[in-house]
Amino acid sequence: MTGAAPRLAAALAMGLLFGLGLSLSGMLDPARVQGFLDVGGAWDPTLIFVLGGAVSVALAGFALARRLPRPVLDTRFDLPARRRIDAPLIGGAALFGVGWGLSGLCPGPAVAALSTGALPILVFVPAMLVGMAAFRLIRGAR
Amino acid sequence: MHPYWAGLAGGALIGLSVAGLMLLNGRIAGISGVVAGLGQDRGERRWADLAFVGGLIGGPALFAWLSGEWPTMRFVASLPVLALAGLLVGFGTRLGSGCTSGHGVAGLARLSPRSLAAVLTFLAAGMVTVAVLRGLPQ
Repeated sequence: MTGAAPRLAAALAMGLLFGLGLSLSGMLDPARVQGFLDVGGAWDPTLIFVLGGAVSVALAGFALARRLPRPVLDTRFDLPARRRIDAPLIGGAALFGVGWGLSGLCPGPAVAALSTGALPILVFVPAMLVGMAAFRLIRGAR
Repeated sequence: MHPYWAGLAGGALIGLSVAGLMLLNGRIAGISGVVAGLGQDRGERRWADLAFVGGLIGGPALFAWLSGEWPTMRFVASLPVLALAGLLVGFGTRLGSGCTSGHGVAGLARLSPRSLAAVLTFLAAGMVTVAVLRGLPQ
């Protein structure tokens, strides 16, 4: 077991790599993302290339991870336990899809773009945080 | 560079980040989960969330420093619509346990049927939404 510093450095480096990849991929551009969803109009297939590149590399990385007894810097792999395809999963994904279509923004690009200081991002991200907090409140109240 | 090749190369970097966070720290790089974790995780895990999000925000600045220009951003919605969309994205990604990164990249790479169902659902919902938007009088 190593100390916390290497794990925090790894998290910072992987976040930076993620943000760099998003920037290079063109996915920070809401018009391009919305263009991908516009299958009946001027369809822009770029997102397929981004997803294809990302999933291919991640697939290889996860295949390697399955051969390791534990992560390089930590004691265990933290994987989602849930398996069931249920109403919250589908309902949540549908609500997310509507918001994504309306804005051309999803959490990764929106948060990364905070560094641009663009006003639309400064409206979208706080609203997203309110949506997340609302979910916590509702779930907590149940 | 053609947008498709930039997309593929940028995607590969995203995949490297997702693979790296799993191999090094054993964690899924799902942005909605990590951002929500800022508010609910405790101790070192919260610091790790903060480090990842800090890096993510620094990404476009690093891109600007390397390439000499900031990434293109053309916004497509008014501020009130962006606020509504933000609420839907925030609530929906928590209810649905993930977004384009957690389900779309990490989930598909783990061959998770749950993530595939989520991806097909948010793609369909997004496409229907854009079709409806295009059908409205501008």
